[in-house]
Amino acid sequence: MTKAMVLALSLFVLPAKADWQVNMTQGVTELSREIFDLHMLIFWICVVIGVAVFGVMFYSIFKHRKSKGAVAEHWHENTTVEVIWTVVPFVILISMAVPATATLINMYDTSEADVDIQVTGYQWKWRYQYLNEDIDFFSNLSTPRDEINNVQVKNSNYLLEVDKPLVIPVNKKVRFLITSNDVIHSWWVPNFAVKKDAIPGFVNESWVRVEEPGIYRGQCTELCGKEHGFMPIVVEVKAEADYARWVADQKAMKLISAGAASQNYAVADLIAKGEGVYNAACAGCHQVNGQGMPGAFPAITASAIATGPIQKHLDIVLNGKAGTAMQAFKQQLSAVDLAAVVTFQRNGLGNSVGDSIQPSAVQQ
Amino acid sequence: MATVDIDLPHVKDDDSHHHGPAKGLGRWLYTTNHKDIGSMYLIFSLCMFMIGGMMALVIRAELFQPGLQLVEPGFFNQMTTMHGLIMVFGAVMPAFVGLANWMVPLQIGAPDMALPRMNNWSFWILPFAFLILLSSLFMPGGGPNFGWTFYAPLSTTYAPDSVTFFIFGVHIMGASSIMGAINIIATILNMRAPGMTMMKLPLFVWTWLITAFLLIAVMPVLAGVVTMMLMDIHFGTSFFNAAGGGDPVLFQHIFWFFGHPEVYIMILPAFGIISEIIPTFARKRLFGYSSMVYAVASIALLSFVVWAHHMFTVGMPLVGEVFFMFATMLIAVPTGVKVFNWIATMFRGSMTFETPMLFALAFVVLFTLGGFSGLMLAIAPADFQYHDTYFVVAHFHYVLVPGAIFSIMAAAYYWLPKWTGHVLNETMGKTHFWLSFVGVNLTFFPMHFVGLAGMPRRIPDYALQFADFNSMASVGAFIFGFSQLVFIYNVVQNVRAGQKATDRVWEGAHGLEWTVPSPAPYHTFSTPPKID
Amino acid sequence: MSNSTYYVPEQSKWPILASIALGLMAYGAAMTFNAMTADRESTGPFVLGGGFLILFYVIFGWFGQQIEEEAQGLHNAQLDGSYRQGMLWFIFSEVMFFAAFFGALFYVRVLSVPWIGGEGAKGVTNMLWDGFEATWPLLVTPDMKQFPGAKGVIDPWHLPLLNTALLITSSVTVTFAHHALKDNKRKALEFWMALTIILAAVFLYFQATEYHEAYAELGLTLESGIYGATFFMLTGFHGFHVLLGTVMLFTMLIRCFDGHFTPGNHFAFEAVCWYWHFVDVVWVGLFLFVYIL
Ligand code: HEA
Ligand code: HEA
Ligand code: HEC
Ligand code: CUA
Ligand SMILES: [Cu+2]
Repeated sequence: MTKAMVLALSLFVLPAKADWQVNMTQGVTELSREIFDLHMLIFWICVVIGVAVFGVMFYSIFKHRKSKGAVAEHWHENTTVEVIWTVVPFVILISMAVPATATLINMYDTSEADVDIQVTGYQWKWRYQYLNEDIDFFSNLSTPRDEINNVQVKNSNYLLEVDKPLVIPVNKKVRFLITSNDVIHSWWVPNFAVKKDAIPGFVNESWVRVEEPGIYRGQCTELCGKEHGFMPIVVEVKAEADYARWVADQKAMKLISAGAASQNYAVADLIAKGEGVYNAACAGCHQVNGQGMPGAFPAITASAIATGPIQKHLDIVLNGKAGTAMQAFKQQLSAVDLAAVVTFQRNGLGNSVGDSIQPSAVQQ
Repeated sequence: MATVDIDLPHVKDDDSHHHGPAKGLGRWLYTTNHKDIGSMYLIFSLCMFMIGGMMALVIRAELFQPGLQLVEPGFFNQMTTMHGLIMVFGAVMPAFVGLANWMVPLQIGAPDMALPRMNNWSFWILPFAFLILLSSLFMPGGGPNFGWTFYAPLSTTYAPDSVTFFIFGVHIMGASSIMGAINIIATILNMRAPGMTMMKLPLFVWTWLITAFLLIAVMPVLAGVVTMMLMDIHFGTSFFNAAGGGDPVLFQHIFWFFGHPEVYIMILPAFGIISEIIPTFARKRLFGYSSMVYAVASIALLSFVVWAHHMFTVGMPLVGEVFFMFATMLIAVPTGVKVFNWIATMFRGSMTFETPMLFALAFVVLFTLGGFSGLMLAIAPADFQYHDTYFVVAHFHYVLVPGAIFSIMAAAYYWLPKWTGHVLNETMGKTHFWLSFVGVNLTFFPMHFVGLAGMPRRIPDYALQFADFNSMASVGAFIFGFSQLVFIYNVVQNVRAGQKATDRVWEGAHGLEWTVPSPAPYHTFSTPPKID
Repeated sequence: MSNSTYYVPEQSKWPILASIALGLMAYGAAMTFNAMTADRESTGPFVLGGGFLILFYVIFGWFGQQIEEEAQGLHNAQLDGSYRQGMLWFIFSEVMFFAAFFGALFYVRVLSVPWIGGEGAKGVTNMLWDGFEATWPLLVTPDMKQFPGAKGVIDPWHLPLLNTALLITSSVTVTFAHHALKDNKRKALEFWMALTIILAAVFLYFQATEYHEAYAELGLTLESGIYGATFFMLTGFHGFHVLLGTVMLFTMLIRCFDGHFTPGNHFAFEAVCWYWHFVDVVWVGLFLFVYIL
């Protein structure tokens, strides 16, 4: 028994190896390091107490066993030791509570931020809105389904990669205003030691000041439905100049996509494009074959809405349906993507309504 | 069996049941006998342990490797949810109630439970409640998939239709727990043999008295919160919806006001069991009896003011965060007192290591490890890194599996000879113990590592760096699961045949239950014993 | 103690029947509610009704047997003690059930509504609810489309005040009845019991009137946001308990007429009194926190 314990304990304190990471990340912020130190402090206190307590226990197990002729003594009370072992742990606890409280107070100080970003959880993606800039985008898992289904070899960032990462500047105090559109999610980046629940209808605050540029990965950590395991977070921390360039690029891109929406597309092109959009944005619920999941998500195949008047179909995709998992895609997808996915749903997945809709029509 | 001489006023002309059990199925359906009911609880609990365990194995099999191999993510969530619910409400709690039914009357010298018919009712509600719960797995949209903590609005607005069945299932299950607890309290307070003062009660009885109090205090709160869910789902209220002025976090506060005492409901009787077993095999009186009693009482009282340590990341105001951190840390003090007392009991004792003792010793070590990780979780700033990761999963399995489950195993090995009149096979018992011990640690120890390294809980698939430890855990789970077959085989053999047990069974055993014959007669203490 | 032997009741079919009843009721209720929300037909109400029927059968049968056994003198002082313990702890569990709803009320009033309105530690939340202001009673909800707030609230100084007087009086009258029973004054017992029941019935009538007014005139409904939700859950569950208590009182009255209970042995009667006092105390809490403050 002891051997197993020693082995286990030594594993715990081994230096972190890439694939055998056994300890908490130290992270890249002052706070994350503070928390790491706190964690190690408590850990070692527990180890010491454990060694003492189990030491006495194993000593008795070996020395005071009947097979060695031990005879039981008769005492069964001693006020002095009992007081000691009540007071000593209490004092130890206070010594832990003091630094913990200090760290906590620091964590809660969200004042004087340089950048404000609203983070909104959706089933199952994140939306980032830069409150001081006109930047607003969604960030989806980008790991191919084939890797998840073991058809394709998994890449090294398996499940921890997104199509569009959050970008923040280095050495600036960035404040996150975290909320949700549907159920509770939780936004966690271990390297920042930031984990805050995204509560629908309420806003939680958190902040970070990252010291090294780089790419940091995390995941949603509150059960939020079927694809909870598939809503990663990727944050790219850029040097100040790079960050400024990125902000400018975002604004330029916005103009380009506005132009794309005014063109006309061939129906076949829309359907082809729509299939991609569908698989990325809709198949999580309605399934790749359009059959949905009876009782939870309706089928698109032969659905009354997807084969009925196109305006109603467009309406549910644009605005969702309040109080259900069907969310509004108006802000999530571009006009082109919206037109494409609606057209695809009507002419694919076993439906053949025959009509189509153009991006320009969607925009109105 | 029918060898006790008693002269009760005969009710009608049916005197058979006063001397022995009735025949056939009717014995079990209509029984008012605490031993029959205790057995039914224990068998029910074992069935649920198997079902919940199978679900755990589905989880572990899916997590053996990265990628989706066996089950759909939606089904995986149902497995996680049902595993937690069934283990907590179907396996651990009924097992403890079963033990209380068997042992409390025997230990306090009572002829039976205080309210025998209600006792039968409490039991028979359970199969119906769990049938409803399990049947929901086969409904359109699937069963409960929102975790055993069923946070709103995932469990309200976004839940499958079966949530309504879940809610009513919880209602009747709660009714069963409340009635069971009332019965135990009434028995302990009202049915003690003359001379059995409160401070002479065996510790198992004390811990159950306090557990029963916790149950009566918090099960109604659970009923309240599921009722609010029901109203939000079907009657348009807005308890958990900000659009009407409510708050999803309100759900969590009410849930955990129930939920935290609930986890102590699953450990206090275990403390009682361990406090019975260690003195027996150390052949020395329990050290610090009265401080044990006060410690349990303080743990129970503190458990009402620590609930929000499950919610450090929901964005509570700073004062709340600090208060709940301090209150939670305080619980380490009385719990420490218990651990130290057990060790002081062993110190300068005369120890032997029969199977119940092995399980008890493993309990002390592994529960304490789980307690340490609990204390780490209580440090609010650090919990921001631990919360909702496998570190938490490791914590609670350490206190629940080698904690609660091991204590139940220890109790079964300890008291089965008294129940059946046969001793268990020691070799098989030790095999069971060592396989379980290795299996449990192999399963749950690596979870600390993946948790710290950043693996969230309740996910069907994970990033590559978590792969190695997860496959270890999965192997361990199967070892642990299959080693329970040894136990089942041993028990079945024991009931059918096996060596005859003496009345005292264990050399160092003390207490009223060891003064009656093994097996304990169908009716005991119809004339109360005198305790001095 | 006097009991050298102890009465363990004989086997009984009631518990298993009661379990079947509860199982059917739970399943049937779930079917019914799901069908109601989805607006479809279902057999749920029949399952639910079947459960209720069995439950009524059990209630009559079980209590009947209990009364009969007591009449045969099978019960002793110790069993009486167990019943007292049972009833006390049952009432405690009911207290905790109400505590959950009171807790919800305090939470929304003190924390969540002010937060949404931009006050306190989580006041930033107001950015999602532009223009919303925290008030209590909450007549303007954050999202009036989804939860149209009420036009007004019940005035505590009319019906509720009257109801408070009624319930408190009834608590007094039931105590008079209890004393009459102890003094073996059967006529007085019957009179005070009847009076208690009348007071209870009037209370229930007023409560129904109030609900009607709330729904028909004030737009104060379950769907009118958190004020309506807490209002109806608290007063509704309380009203339901009053109803149960009234039925229990009524049963006791019938038993009094039948000559049951003696000055020394009337636990069932006493239990109902306790229950009635509990219902009364809850009302005082309601009057204070739901209506006045
Ligand atoms: C039997 C069940 C059981 C028990 C006994 C405990 C015991 C404790 N638990 Fe645990 N806990 C759970 C079951 C249990 N827990 C479950 C099921 C969850 C997860 C629920 C979910 O989200 O699904 C959970 C989650 C949980 C959390 C939330 C984590 C999170 O979600 O982020 C926290 C945080 O504070 C916590 C703390 C504690 C503490 C401080 C104790 C203490 O009681 C431990 C005290 C014991 C010791 C400390 C060891 C012995 C003491 C000494 C030897 C004395 C000296 C020691 C010192 C001074 C350090 N637990
Ligand atoms: C007392 C409670 C209890 C017990 C005993 C267990 C026992 C086990 N649990 Fe636990 N578990 C919980 C309570 C418990 N659990 C809770 C509350 C949660 C949280 C749920 C949530 O997130 O909502 C959880 C979650 C949980 C998870 C995380 C799931 C997730 O986050 O997605 C995992 C993963 O490994 C796990 C594994 C196991 C394993 C391998 C066992 C093993 O110990 C089980 C071993 C037992 C058996 C296998 C059955 C007995 C075997 C036989 C009778 C032999 C026959 C068997 C075969 C033929 C196979 N559990
Ligand atoms: C998070 C889950 C989810 C995602 C992602 C999702 N939907 Fe839905 N969808 C639903 C649900 C739930 C409904 C049923 C709503 C209701 O109750 O009427 C629905 C309904 C629909 C309907 C109406 C079907 C019918 O017959 O009722 C259409 C059309 C539809 N969705 C299109 C889409 C499109 C297009 C996308 C992607 C751009 C998409 N959905 C993404 C959950 C989702
Ligand atoms: Cu979003 Cu989990
Ligand atoms: Cu807890």
